[in-house]
Amino acid sequence: MSRTVPPSLTMGPVYYLWDGPKWRDFHFRIADEAPVDRVVIGETVCSKRQHFIEPHIAEVIERLETAGKKVVLSTLSLVTLERESRQIRELIADSEHLIEANDLSALGLLNGRPHSIGPLVNVYNAATARLLADRGATAICLPPELPFTSVEKIIADDPGIAFEVFAFGRMPLAISARCAHARSKGRIKDNCQFVCGEDPDGLPVKTLDRQSFLALNGVQTVSHTCQALLGELASLSACGVSAIRLSPQDCDMVAVAKLYRAVLDDTLDADEAIALLREIYPMAPLSNGFHHAREGAAWVARARNTAHGADLS
Amino acid sequence: MELICPAGTPAAFREAVDAGADAVYCGFRDETNARNFPGLNFSRDELRTAIDYARRHGTQTFVALNTFMRAGDEEIWYRAAADAVALGADALILADFGLMAHVTERYPEQRLHVSVQASASNADAINFLVDAFNARRVVLPRTLTIADIARIAPQIRCEIEVFVFGGLCVMAEGRCSLSSYATGKSPNMNGVCSPASHVRYRQEGNELVSELGDYTINRFPAGEAAGYPTLCKGRFDIADSRAYAFEDPVSLDVMGEIDALAAAGVSALKIEGRQRGKAYVAEVVSTLKRALSADPAKRAALLAGLRNLSEGQKTTSGAYEKRWR
Repeated sequence: MSRTVPPSLTMGPVYYLWDGPKWRDFHFRIADEAPVDRVVIGETVCSKRQHFIEPHIAEVIERLETAGKKVVLSTLSLVTLERESRQIRELIADSEHLIEANDLSALGLLNGRPHSIGPLVNVYNAATARLLADRGATAICLPPELPFTSVEKIIADDPGIAFEVFAFGRMPLAISARCAHARSKGRIKDNCQFVCGEDPDGLPVKTLDRQSFLALNGVQTVSHTCQALLGELASLSACGVSAIRLSPQDCDMVAVAKLYRAVLDDTLDADEAIALLREIYPMAPLSNGFHHAREGAAWVARARNTAHGADLS
Repeated sequence: MELICPAGTPAAFREAVDAGADAVYCGFRDETNARNFPGLNFSRDELRTAIDYARRHGTQTFVALNTFMRAGDEEIWYRAAADAVALGADALILADFGLMAHVTERYPEQRLHVSVQASASNADAINFLVDAFNARRVVLPRTLTIADIARIAPQIRCEIEVFVFGGLCVMAEGRCSLSSYATGKSPNMNGVCSPASHVRYRQEGNELVSELGDYTINRFPAGEAAGYPTLCKGRFDIADSRAYAFEDPVSLDVMGEIDALAAAGVSALKIEGRQRGKAYVAEVVSTLKRALSADPAKRAALLAGLRNLSEGQKTTSGAYEKRWR
């Protein structure tokens, strides 16, 4: 499939607990200034956090839509409680917006309706993509763990839907019923007092040899490194990827979006963009290992194609 | 309740059958299953012999094909499914929707179980798999309390199997790429977690350091038993505290709760441990089998004997108990 239009940009859901005003203002600024086409909103990690953003959802949707952005509503990625199941059923029954499914219950409930599939659903092959397309999926954001060889093969099978790739942000690596974040601060999930809100970019987990390794985000564990597919955008675009996902970190995401847009539009060189990205988001070393079928933390340098380990400092 | 027992080798398979397993689960010697470890698992001929042996003893055989098919290499998984069906597997344990769809279409009579790796953690998710693929049983993820299971059971249209003994994933199974982040090899894609090929131990002064890939997973002072560096069971620094950040080196044991599990609507109890030797399998299976039919008052004494077989000799009820969260 040859493409004449370069991929669009999607702003993924905020995975971290940002307080209501911070969450609102972030989206207002994205609406006003970021060259993104689609914005996915809604609590995706922990149902206990829902009330922080709830009062602001309507105004955020309005501001985004007024700015011409398409709004997609994200569902929870781990659903175990009756309250959580009920919330997903209600969201799906009532919503006028496209919904992004992040767990199997949402997949089941959305059968026969247009919907999109988030990166936390396991799509590893074309047979799975085809099945989801047959059930109504119109777009799939592929899991960050997927190597490029798989991305190419899934798209080449052409199930007739749009594919998106997770190209910026700390990678969601695991989710648990247990909240390691609360436990690290002497609490448990049921009396957590929202201590994860103290770490809007995740709480660093270091090895006993002081290597930066992971970060805690409530019940979710994310990578210390930041996925950065910039040198890879041309090949992703060429193989038919139609959207590029940016996952919000606590940095200037408008600048991140402009940077990715410029590389996609061929007005900024990828190497230059990589250097600029390191200034915009200096908190984490960049990685692209999963894309190159290596360990996810690895950084595979462009052009020379020599591999370096992630910066562990 | 049925007792579902692990077998990583033909010898362990026979031990499990002899010890009274209602069903034994196993996999082929490749990346189609989540215990793709060197020296483990079954050739086609070995599986044929094992199924035959199980049949003669009234035991069922479940074949786990519970990794996710690599794009472009689906034929490896399709071939494994075809062979397992032809050899007479009583059930296939699957995680990948694409493979479930294939099996449902090609072998509509074949009994299909949902692997724990599929992460079906609520009634709507499970009913989706029942409706879409005629799943007959779900192995629940280790993210639910017994009260959660009791609430879900009447809402779903298939049987429930739960893990009761052995290794414990802290993370929702099938949704964890921690191992591939550090090593490039993951349970979902390669059937391995924290693989031995990427493990190193080195002595540094008085401490033994265990590493996975480029990362230190633990340091053991002289005198402390050194455990295997499974990523989520490592010791890490978070702010000023040094601790087992995700989980202590413990294993799961909820055999003390089997009456509550039965009351919750559980049909089958599963023992983890296809990587374990035949002696372990024989002892665990025979003890748990006796415990299932024993007077509840005598059960504790029977189970106490298993404690020293457990990893680190410490056990937990994991997510089945609410305070674990």
